[in-house]
Amino acid sequence: MNFDLTADQSLIRDTVKDFADQVVAPGASERDVTGEVPLDIMRQMGDLGFFGIPFPERWGGSGGDTVSYALAVEEIGRVDASLGLGFAAHVSLGCSPLYLYGTDAQRERFLVPAATGQYLAAFGLTEPGAGSDAGGTATRVEETAEGYRITGTKIFITNALHAGYIVATARQPEDQRISSYIVPAGTPGLSVRAEYQKLGMRSSETCEIHLDGVAVPRDLRLGEPGRGFRQFLEILDGGRISIGALSVGVAQASLDAALAYSQARRQFGRELAHFQAIQFKLADMAMEVELARTMVLKAAWLKDQRRDYAKEAAMAKLYASEAAMRASLEAVQIHGGYGYMRDYPVERYMRDAKLLVIGEGTSEIQRLVIARQLVPQ
Amino acid sequence: MKIAVLVKQVPDTATRIALAADGASIQTSGIKWVLNPYDEFAIEEALKLRDAHTGEVVLVSFGPDRVEETIRQGLAMGADRAIWVKEEPSGSAEMDYLGRAQVLVAALAQEAEWDLVLVGKQAVDDDAAQTGPLVAALLNWPQAMVVLGLEVDARARRLKVIRELEGATERVELPMPAVLGAQRGLNVPRYPTLPNIMKAKRKEVRQVALADLGLDAASLADDRRVVVEGYQLPPPRPEPKVLTGDPAEAAAELVQLLHREAQIL
Ligand SMILES: Cc1cc2nc3c(=O)[nH]c(=O)nc-3n(C[C@H](O)[C@H](O)[C@H](O)COP(=O)(O)OP(=O)(O)OC[C@H]3O[C@@H](n4cnc5c(N)ncnc54)[C@H](O)[C@@H]3O)c2cc1C
Repeated sequence: MNFDLTADQSLIRDTVKDFADQVVAPGASERDVTGEVPLDIMRQMGDLGFFGIPFPERWGGSGGDTVSYALAVEEIGRVDASLGLGFAAHVSLGCSPLYLYGTDAQRERFLVPAATGQYLAAFGLTEPGAGSDAGGTATRVEETAEGYRITGTKIFITNALHAGYIVATARQPEDQRISSYIVPAGTPGLSVRAEYQKLGMRSSETCEIHLDGVAVPRDLRLGEPGRGFRQFLEILDGGRISIGALSVGVAQASLDAALAYSQARRQFGRELAHFQAIQFKLADMAMEVELARTMVLKAAWLKDQRRDYAKEAAMAKLYASEAAMRASLEAVQIHGGYGYMRDYPVERYMRDAKLLVIGEGTSEIQRLVIARQLVPQ
Repeated sequence: MKIAVLVKQVPDTATRIALAADGASIQTSGIKWVLNPYDEFAIEEALKLRDAHTGEVVLVSFGPDRVEETIRQGLAMGADRAIWVKEEPSGSAEMDYLGRAQVLVAALAQEAEWDLVLVGKQAVDDDAAQTGPLVAALLNWPQAMVVLGLEVDARARRLKVIRELEGATERVELPMPAVLGAQRGLNVPRYPTLPNIMKAKRKEVRQVALADLGLDAASLADDRRVVVEGYQLPPPRPEPKVLTGDPAEAAAELVQLLHREAQIL
């Protein structure tokens, strides 16, 4: 048993932490108001190799591991959860399908530029009628002489407007099974809009996608036909580690803010941190941050060991996201009326945290996933 | 160009320092160690010169086991390899700046054809600002410290240097090889890219013992000229004074205090 990070893992974490504090943090509150997606920062993250952490150098990656990737997402998420979401969605949902199921030609053409940050990548699974029940995909695909033609609508898709490609799932008519396809940006019939007004995660790009008879050549089907359902379950397992890591970042930020404020603010002649009722809140937050981080890193470690990690990833995502929700609520509470104001960052943490218990599988769905591993079906 | 950068590991400036029982050293347990911030400017400048003129950047450091992490950080920024003179846990604590400079110079002397030696203008631990000048003196090379700007004419083997003075800058020209001490503002140090972090562990870090350099810690310590007699922590900050009451009276009192106590007015 060993809970220490390796030298590489700590150096990666320290580098990302430094970047997060120096480059990302200063504009985060402002971007939350304007909803501006920080594309210049994302370009720098690509240049520094952040997007390639879990992929080998052969495919434009940095040759790191899932543990390092989780640490990086946590550090970005700690100062700007919106950017953390864009980062996590790009790597776990956008790049991973190419890495896991792509042919070498597909990886060369799409994964290398995505992993090095030349463009973003998106994963189009959710539809108006298929959310938690993502197998309920209504998007259709037909075979044509040249390849495929895809028609349907995807909603709530992160990063799609600036994506170089979108991985989209669609149902094939002959056997009703789902396959996935790489849809390059600019393909005729593809339209993307980013017009949602969101509660939180306001400077992450959330898009609606219309596929109107989009023609995809034969060599852009991803993996075997009919394997789309299996594929997206596996992608979501990996994605949960990153949403868990993002949640740890938000929970840590909430704790940091609450700790600082409770030692500065005085009422009844004493610092708030002096009151036991406040101390107990801080103690619970600190404990939950620690537990959440440990579980996220365990799931990441299992994945790196090529062991089963689906149950642990679901537990990590569920626990960490709910811990982030509680921690951010308590952080606002500890700030009192000031916490309700935009002058302090904690109300942003609270709004951002709510996405974490919804996206990439709601808390209810995580419990289903865990229970399925416990109770034989 | 073959450039050596002398790097030192120092406590993170955010670390709360506690004195050891002897009062003449600090407690090293629980300290977060980092690369001396001025050394980052030195490394960045060396990397820029290497990229413009080809050649290699070699880090040279003297320190105990924990220093390897700091060396790897410099390699992750892009330095090509490192020479690490290993400091044994006992003995060398007594060495002074000159002794340490002798160690670094002996390490440099193991190789030939250095074009430049870059250092941070000072290390933020003891703020002595001695290493650069002492190394230059021992090598018998010219030196320029507190460097804000650097132009290299590789063919003529001459350097044009801008140095920071109090409220002014100074331009000097010197021949190569030389020792230069980097000041904040010389450049903006790059972040290590993640592929470079991963590659850093495959780069050569040559370990050298003091004995390999024909030196030993005890005699260097015996020869010291500077002895640290003791450290004192700064006195705790006094409680801030809060003026209450009638604004006109408080303002008058404030002016008085600024005059008498703060002696600003
Ligand atoms: C900001 C943002 C970014 C997103 N990014 C992406 C993306 O990049 N790609 C992508 O494909 N999708 C993305 N999503 C979609 C997200 O994954 C879905 O919103 C989520 O999975 C929930 O689906 P739904 O919204 O349709 O809710 P529904 O499935 O309609 O669920 C509504 C409620 O019913 C509950 N519920 C549903 N089924 C059950 C059940 N069997 N038992 C108990 N309770 C149940 C849910 O837990 C929830 O509380 C994003 C969403 C948001 C808000």
